[in-house]
Amino acid sequence: MHPILGNLRRLGLYLLAWFPIGGLIAYVLATSGGISTGEALALAIPLALLFGFMCLSAWYSCRGTPLDHSSLTRLAATHLLAAGLMSGCWIFCVKALAHELSRLQIYPGLDARVSKDYPLLFGIAVLLYLLAVALHYVLLTLQDAQEAEARVLQAGILAREAELKALKAQVNPHFLFNSLNSISALTSSDAVKAREMCILLGDFLRRTLGLGEKSAIPLEEEMSLIRAFLAVEKIRFGPRIQMEENVEKEATEVQIPPLLLQPLVENAVGHGIANLVEGGWIRLDARCQNGTLSIVVENSYDPDAPPRRRNGVGLVNVRQRLATRYGNLATFDVTHDADRFRVALTLPAEREAQKS
Amino acid sequence: MSRKPEKRSRTVIVDDEALARQVLREFLGLHPEIEVVAECANGFEAVKAVTELKPDLLFLDIQMPKLDGFEVLELIDHDMAIVFVTAFDNYAIKAFEVHAVDYLLKPYGADRFEAALGRAKLRMGDKSRGGIVAPESSGNSETSVPPPLADLAAAARPPAQYIQRVPVRDGTRVFIIPVDKLDYAEAQDDYVSLCAEGKKHLKQQTISSLEAALDPSRFMRIHRSFIVNLERVARVEPYAKDSHVAVLLNGTQLPVSRAGYARLRAFLDR
Repeated sequence: MHPILGNLRRLGLYLLAWFPIGGLIAYVLATSGGISTGEALALAIPLALLFGFMCLSAWYSCRGTPLDHSSLTRLAATHLLAAGLMSGCWIFCVKALAHELSRLQIYPGLDARVSKDYPLLFGIAVLLYLLAVALHYVLLTLQDAQEAEARVLQAGILAREAELKALKAQVNPHFLFNSLNSISALTSSDAVKAREMCILLGDFLRRTLGLGEKSAIPLEEEMSLIRAFLAVEKIRFGPRIQMEENVEKEATEVQIPPLLLQPLVENAVGHGIANLVEGGWIRLDARCQNGTLSIVVENSYDPDAPPRRRNGVGLVNVRQRLATRYGNLATFDVTHDADRFRVALTLPAEREAQKS
Repeated sequence: MSRKPEKRSRTVIVDDEALARQVLREFLGLHPEIEVVAECANGFEAVKAVTELKPDLLFLDIQMPKLDGFEVLELIDHDMAIVFVTAFDNYAIKAFEVHAVDYLLKPYGADRFEAALGRAKLRMGDKSRGGIVAPESSGNSETSVPPPLADLAAAARPPAQYIQRVPVRDGTRVFIIPVDKLDYAEAQDDYVSLCAEGKKHLKQQTISSLEAALDPSRFMRIHRSFIVNLERVARVEPYAKDSHVAVLLNGTQLPVSRAGYARLRAFLDR
């Protein structure tokens, strides 16, 4: 798209700039003798505007010979040839207009008087055309820069989206390996329970699979995913896990990003319960107030537990996802005291699926 | 394989998950020459059981309550065949660096388990003849007495990842010293004496391997025999000709060697 022709406002401004140029040409004509100011203006202004339009064609020759990929001779040849052609055409137009003005007896004998100025006008036209070429090269560079910037921005957005998708889709592989090992143990001692665990694990995996595609799910759906996760972990850890849910009724329908809370619960199991010999508890509270959903996930933990590799990865992911999606509208706080680990988050309570 | 009616191999199983212990017990149950003498669900129990029972073979999980598998090994001076059993594959190199016989990844089948047990038996057999086999992965032949496990465990730590706590053992009891509670450490023959909160704890480890495991921006070797917590240093005073002492906040005086003084001066002048 032509940067000037494609935009009415810019075209107006561009043509406006040709009025003083027309004035200058008129001044040159009037001072060269034999032509009155009125005649000069009548001739120069419309022809200047016409040449303005003709100069817009420089964009195509500029685009055809990009500055940094064309040899100097090619640049010079292309633009000088175009300048000569355009200026020749224009002189022809000048002649035609002068002739018409004379024939219609508006300014009798103008064509004869102006004919001595044709070489001068041709020179001016060539110079103006070359100026227009320079202007178009500037415009082209600006356009390229803007496009490059937009591309970088777009690439950034795409990368972020891909990252989010990956974050959402992640199921901790060690959870899988440990669960499979539990099933392997149960196959010989308690076949019924082994089958039950296979079904629970399959149920959990199936639920997580579909979620990577969705941008939001009701809190209730996330809670049932967490229940499926804990059902598997309860077979692994036996009576060591105790889960308490306090989700307000109004909160159940609020839309949240999928797999936002499951990593927090997984964290509570992996870094909390798994380190407690006697087991521990997890409590999840959710309530909705003044358009804000507040969720607290708390669990008991051993502050003297050995350090673990994946420590905090789940928390960092959740924090990032909230920040990317809601910016300042969401908060995320992690606190802990002697034996209690607490993650509190707030986010805008969106009621139905919205395109984000 | 000829099966002589010899002494049964005493084995300890350590895993915090009952079902994971059950798999091991089941597979081991097919081997009458193996006797499971203890099952432990956390690191403290493991240290206690190994110290008291001195088993020949140890199946060890890595991520557990209280102490992880590597910390357990740091506290044990008893030599035995060790097979790690874990769902994490990222500890494998570290495991072989502490001379583990094998590294079982959960879930594993009977074939893989038998292979691990076979290697463990080889190791136990070699040891009973008085020799010590080098792990197959490392390739270098070790004929001298191996360094204490604590040194190996420290050497296996990935670089730029310093310890946050030092586990120590007194008899069968285990104490955890967070490194910010540690005032200084002193070399005493094959042991280091760790001074924290006015108490001293002995640990079988060389001072050099402890130095390597501690964050060098917080701890400094000021003397052949001393590492000090830099936050505890109140001042450095001349002591005799060419020698200095570091005075800690609690008044303790530690000798500073000439090289140590240069390092300490550079740190204090920053």
